[in-house]
Amino acid sequence: MTDDTLSLVLFSGTDDKLTSAAVLTVGAAAMGRKVNILLQYWALDAFRADRVHKDHGVAPEAGPAGIELVQQHGTEHWSELLRQAKQIGEVAIHACSHSMEMFGIAKDDLDPLVDGVEGVASFFMEVDGPLTFI
Amino acid sequence: MTTTEIGRSIDARGMPCPGPLMSLIGAIREGKVGDVIEVLSSDEGSRTDIPAWLTKAGHELVEVVDEDGFTRFVVKKVR
Repeated sequence: MTDDTLSLVLFSGTDDKLTSAAVLTVGAAAMGRKVNILLQYWALDAFRADRVHKDHGVAPEAGPAGIELVQQHGTEHWSELLRQAKQIGEVAIHACSHSMEMFGIAKDDLDPLVDGVEGVASFFMEVDGPLTFI
Repeated sequence: MTTTEIGRSIDARGMPCPGPLMSLIGAIREGKVGDVIEVLSSDEGSRTDIPAWLTKAGHELVEVVDEDGFTRFVVKKVR
């Protein structure tokens, strides 16, 4: 096992994908790995302060039966998992400035889980291994 | 058989992964060195996750007991 930073780019804003990313983040933080997250497009949209707890749906491959399965499985909300990850480890969550501009929003419009806004070059300053795109 | 006295018990049965591990981490953080904590988990992932985290975090796995439909972990806060 290495102690490299876990670098995640979150693009999708459906609750299943965000939960998957949050579970990975909690696990990595528990095992002492730094986590570096960049939010783009629909993932960023889901982190808006007034939208975090809304229903963001699930990925299209789920189908009707899959939607029901996800709803029945009592996993904690992804935002809560990310909060826990931040409590136990070093987890940085940044909003992509390009997507911020596209949505016409500012840092204050986002949930406090988001540490700041940055461009891709500064995101890559912290990437020291593979990049996972979700 | 263990003679260690359990100071705190966490019933995390029914909680999906990573709930039981997170509950344990919370209890370890709140506790003092030497505290013995018991965690009950029905999540299969805990069987590997809890020992892995204890190794990484440097705490002691005192006992693992397979009960009917769940696993009982006894853990000691070492540092």
